[in-house]
Amino acid sequence: MNEQRQTLWEFMQQQSDKLVEQTIQHIGLTFISLFIAVLIGLPLGIFITRKKQFSGAILGIAGVLQTIPSIALLGFMIPVLGIGAKPAIAALLLYALLPIIRNTYTGIEGVDAAVKEAAVAMGMNKWQVLFKVELPLAMPVIFAGIRTATVITVGVATLASYIAAGGLGEFIFGGISLNNTNMILAGAIPAALLAILFDFLLSRLQKLNIKKLKTATATLPLLLILLSSFYFLPSAYGSKLKAGFTPEFMGRQDGNLGLQSKYGLKIRTLVINDAVMYKAAYEKQLDVISGYSTDGRLKAYNLVVLDDNKHIFPPYYAAPVIRENSLKKFAGLEKILNLLAGKINDSTMTALNYKTDYLHQSPEKVAKDFLVSVNLWKPARNGNAGVVRIGSKIFGEQYILANMYSMLIKGNSDYDVVTKTGLGGTKICFDALTDDAIDFYPEYTGTGLLAILQPSSKVIDSLTGNKDATYNYVQSGFQKKYNIKWLKPIGFNNAYALMMREKQAKDLKIKTISDLKRYLESK
Amino acid sequence: MIKIEHLSKHFGKVKAVDDISFEVKEHENLILLGTSGCGKTTTLKMINRLIEPTHGKIFIDDKNFFEQSPEILRRGIGYVLQNNGLFPHYTVAENITIVPQLLKWDKKRTEKRVAELLEKLHLSTDYLNVYPNELSGGQQQRIGLARALVADPAVLLMDEPFGALDNVTRSKIHAEFLALDELKRKTIIMVTHDVQEAFELGDRICLMDKGKIVQDDTPTGLLFNPKNDFVRGFLKEQRLQLEFKAVKLYDVWKWLPPQPPKGGAFDLSTDISFWTSLEQFKFNRSDDINIYHKDNKEVRSASFEQLMSAFYQFKKHQSHE
Repeated sequence: MNEQRQTLWEFMQQQSDKLVEQTIQHIGLTFISLFIAVLIGLPLGIFITRKKQFSGAILGIAGVLQTIPSIALLGFMIPVLGIGAKPAIAALLLYALLPIIRNTYTGIEGVDAAVKEAAVAMGMNKWQVLFKVELPLAMPVIFAGIRTATVITVGVATLASYIAAGGLGEFIFGGISLNNTNMILAGAIPAALLAILFDFLLSRLQKLNIKKLKTATATLPLLLILLSSFYFLPSAYGSKLKAGFTPEFMGRQDGNLGLQSKYGLKIRTLVINDAVMYKAAYEKQLDVISGYSTDGRLKAYNLVVLDDNKHIFPPYYAAPVIRENSLKKFAGLEKILNLLAGKINDSTMTALNYKTDYLHQSPEKVAKDFLVSVNLWKPARNGNAGVVRIGSKIFGEQYILANMYSMLIKGNSDYDVVTKTGLGGTKICFDALTDDAIDFYPEYTGTGLLAILQPSSKVIDSLTGNKDATYNYVQSGFQKKYNIKWLKPIGFNNAYALMMREKQAKDLKIKTISDLKRYLESK
Repeated sequence: MIKIEHLSKHFGKVKAVDDISFEVKEHENLILLGTSGCGKTTTLKMINRLIEPTHGKIFIDDKNFFEQSPEILRRGIGYVLQNNGLFPHYTVAENITIVPQLLKWDKKRTEKRVAELLEKLHLSTDYLNVYPNELSGGQQQRIGLARALVADPAVLLMDEPFGALDNVTRSKIHAEFLALDELKRKTIIMVTHDVQEAFELGDRICLMDKGKIVQDDTPTGLLFNPKNDFVRGFLKEQRLQLEFKAVKLYDVWKWLPPQPPKGGAFDLSTDISFWTSLEQFKFNRSDDINIYHKDNKEVRSASFEQLMSAFYQFKKHQSHE
């Protein structure tokens, strides 16, 4: 909470190392892409002035590339080029291509025909005409194209952090995930300043007179290469394993900050979007990732959770939270809901999630199959003693749980059930409960603690890692504050976790986070 | 010197140049004259292979010129364009030395040649380091000419070289053009649509229409022995002025009374045009001029009336032929 109140300036000072690193990465990323885009775009632009029949097709393709949303383009790159700098550079250069090709083409086409004719008539060969006449005269227009491309690239490069290529996007998207305005600004302001600065410098270059332009043309490639090399500076240090964490995990005390302070873990870390993180681990682009312990992708990609032996990740045990009024209204409901208590452990929940997320089975089928397997399923009695309203958040695990509770209530009582699934986030779901729009929904202890009760950090520290203490704290807190009861935990813990590929973890004999640290420090 | 045989250029179905043949002798000044679209510029551009002919042969000094690479060929042919085609990103000096650079002349030779040319063209060396857009149209055209002449090519091709200039500048440059020794040693083919210019500068004129040569003749030949109505019609306007310009004093000599030279009168030689001799009366305000015959070294004096009478007798004689 203290971080929210510090000024932007304090934040930037505190994070100056990272800020410098990200800025350098950002400049590097921009200029590598730009450099390659010039290497490709310039010859291509020249080519279509020679073979006009291709100009429509090539300008058309470059134009279509420009219209693909940047995130989608980055997404397309992952299967081909993996994650990190390669796909980011590829995507950025595709964006930079159009203005460079088009301006090269327009620039050369715009050279006075009489001048070109004179050059040929004096006995210049086609290369001499190109390098001595056409390119120098088209240079202002080509520069304008490079200038446009630079501004586009500086902007789009912020998205590179989605696929672990670094840059100022790390702050911007981390800040959005963590609702930290200072962090967003610390990324956005330097990015905007870079765009303005480069645009200004190139505009100066463009306005130089013809004589100075000759030197400028010679120095531009050198400058591009120099700035490109920036990108490789920060990645010069490394470690045996590569980690990929979400922007949110990077900035949380119960995330990367805790890993550093409590475990002293030093690992080469990339920031990556969680949608591509699991796949990247599977494809050996990353070795260690931050995930959720019951995510179905664990099973889909053969990943194992490392034991959090120092308990930095707060427990996120799932249990139904129910209005006291509803318990009074529906006699026997508590007993029915507690039928599930202790029945589902982490690996069971992971397997169930795997079935819905990857095998695309319906949550009903998965819920019924499970209840049948543990002998809890009974046919619905179709009674009409009242209607119980079940809520759920908007992801697979919650749908499965809501279906299980629905079947248990219908099979063991005369109550009927309506489910209100897909209640956006924690806040929407919890507000629905306190407003008496639903009777209960499955919640996690960690969320109850950090998102709803929000006690002081002292209290959080005292509870850290202790499953029962956390449960007891939220139990009594909810009772006092909201008159809502936590029933018995279902058994699994859907917490933050570090995970690795099963085979690699086995080969390296890494079972806990401390093992990981030991391995990284060994020579 | 230059021989063109059955030259044609077809653009699709359009015959821009349709089976033409002509010859240009050494040091001759041939004018390709005609309206827009008659094929005169296409013909000129085929001679340095800016346009490749569809059919036909071109010989320069009896060498079939399709056997050389076009670049090497072009470095030996001067070329002057209507809009000068100077490189805007090159200084005047750099523009003039393009061909020597291509021919890899050493620096001393280039510098010497540039200085020599500038003097002949009455251009100050102050211009060497300025860019073309800082010069007037007439100066730009002179630089264009210098650029074409710098490597001393035997052949000079000129595509409406003075077309973009105003009348005053143009007549000034015409005078310089005729006076320039450098050009007297060249074989020149010049394209123009300006009849006056053709008659002032040309030794011979090919009048073209619809891709064909209608008449290939001397200026007086065109005027007094037109092949058909097209030629007659083409020269109808300003005919008297054209005649004055085409006829040389040499042509009217035999109708001048054999009077000895008078003191105080101005000396003119027989190879100047009748037009120029008339101008002398105006400029010098004298009653008589002395005319010097180049071949038999005889000098005759003539008054304005005597000259005019000789001119009309010449004309009368021509139309009877």
